Amino acid sequence: MKKFINDPFHVVDEMLEGFLAVHGRYLRRLESARTVVRADAPVQGKVGVVTGGGSGHKPAFIGFVGKGMLDAVAVGEIFTSPPPNAVFEAARAVNGGRGVLFLLGNYAGDVMNFQLAADMARAEGIAVEQVIATDDVGSGPKEKASNRRGVVGEFLAWKIAGAKAEAGGSLEECRQVAEKVNSYTRTLGVALSPCTVPAKGTPTFTLAEDEMEYGVGHHGEPGTAKIKLMTADEVTEKMTGEILEDLPFGSGDEVAVLINGLGATPLIELYVCFRKVKQILDGKGIKIERSYVGEYFTALEMAGFSITLMKLDPELKSLLEAPADTPYYRL
Amino acid sequence: MAHGVTNREVMAIMESLCDTMEKEKDYLSELDGAIGDGDHGVNMAKCFREVRKKLPESRDKNVGAILRSVGMVVLNSVGGAMGALYGTFFLRLAQEAGEKPEIDLGDLVRMFQAAEKGILDIGKAHVGDKTLIDTLSPAVRALEKAAQQGKSLSDAMSDFEKAAKRGMESTRDLVARIGRASRLGERTKGHLDAGAASCYFILRAFSEGMKQAG
Repeated sequence: MKKFINDPFHVVDEMLEGFLAVHGRYLRRLESARTVVRADAPVQGKVGVVTGGGSGHKPAFIGFVGKGMLDAVAVGEIFTSPPPNAVFEAARAVNGGRGVLFLLGNYAGDVMNFQLAADMARAEGIAVEQVIATDDVGSGPKEKASNRRGVVGEFLAWKIAGAKAEAGGSLEECRQVAEKVNSYTRTLGVALSPCTVPAKGTPTFTLAEDEMEYGVGHHGEPGTAKIKLMTADEVTEKMTGEILEDLPFGSGDEVAVLINGLGATPLIELYVCFRKVKQILDGKGIKIERSYVGEYFTALEMAGFSITLMKLDPELKSLLEAPADTPYYRL
Repeated sequence: MAHGVTNREVMAIMESLCDTMEKEKDYLSELDGAIGDGDHGVNMAKCFREVRKKLPESRDKNVGAILRSVGMVVLNSVGGAMGALYGTFFLRLAQEAGEKPEIDLGDLVRMFQAAEKGILDIGKAHVGDKTLIDTLSPAVRALEKAAQQGKSLSDAMSDFEKAAKRGMESTRDLVARIGRASRLGERTKGHLDAGAASCYFILRAFSEGMKQAG
């Protein structure tokens, strides 16, 4: 393992120290738990939007804390969900009197720890609702869509639920719109190389020169299949085809497209892939309303990318367009 | 049975558990690395280092209080599914032990039944899903059976440990049906489940400590 770290046991805390020193205008750390909250939290009269998860996905999650997006993030170890008290303290710190929305990915650890935290918060009289993201087409068949992983599609849920909360939406309205984002969003990922979790020190999987992992998530876990290396156009076509069929997306739909780099794939390659996605969607009469290309939700230094499509309606469109001001996303 | 298990013996079990997790750190991470992200050993070690720091505060407390303190640390130190599951495990053991100064085999049966139920409730896994439940459930069944047969504490804990080990070994041939490894489907066959292994180490520590006490 070649990494610029000190002790793997301290990497998350040391990262956080640096991050807060740079971005203190946006967020602060709680003393009671490894949790960061919006600098001005709690915002009275606003629903608090809380997420959390393992570290190792920079800029997710903490890069999106700020006005119009997330109010708090419970910070876990690398690829490990945060403990319940970190989520509970997040809920306490951002409750502005109208309740708190938990947004999380569908991982056993996250689901359990957020559930325990929700129980703790409710016992203190804080209203809590939660929405579990399941956008990853690569992680299970459509018949079992509720078992799928939540991946970078979560970024869109943070943006939209955050905008709804900022606009004065009720807890129930915020929950509903986040559910809608999840049901309208599909993602698929591929990887050319693994990542190395510092605590383990060796790569999470191995691939021959002419192989790629298809259907990967963002924890360096292997995908659903090893396949022969393809060109950018070939793999983009395969992925986009599966995504389009899954919802399904069709002619006349308006969509947001998100091409997410998984940590070690340069922007030049992501734009090559975006170009192909656009050609395919143009050919099918699907209109791209908004596009995102870059690193939103990474898997340390894994080389790879994912394609996300979200179907839009007028409400989702206007919430996507609403202002946001966070360290890694501004509009 | 000569006598029950005292708080001092439970403290010794917790200390040996901390030692075991430190010792098996690399082994557990290696198991996890085959079908997970490979940090299980480090996370368990980190968690039980926190437990070790807090243990002295419980020195003269009753069994329930010791286990409750361990449970709170496990639940809130490193997070992850294992934090929630093992945290619940120790908290339920604690709840059932209550404020008794000493516990007997009957208490142990109820404690481990409660711990198993807690894990089933929160983890939603069943025997055969390739999780720590494959270690825990057969061990609890063996303990119940030994108690019904009127075995000594020491013999009952031997049965408990053996059943746990067999249960852990059974995960080698299973396909993961829950948790992150489940996305790998058939690719998980042939590998021991890391959670089943760490659960075995926990149960073995109880068994060895109790046998010495009994």
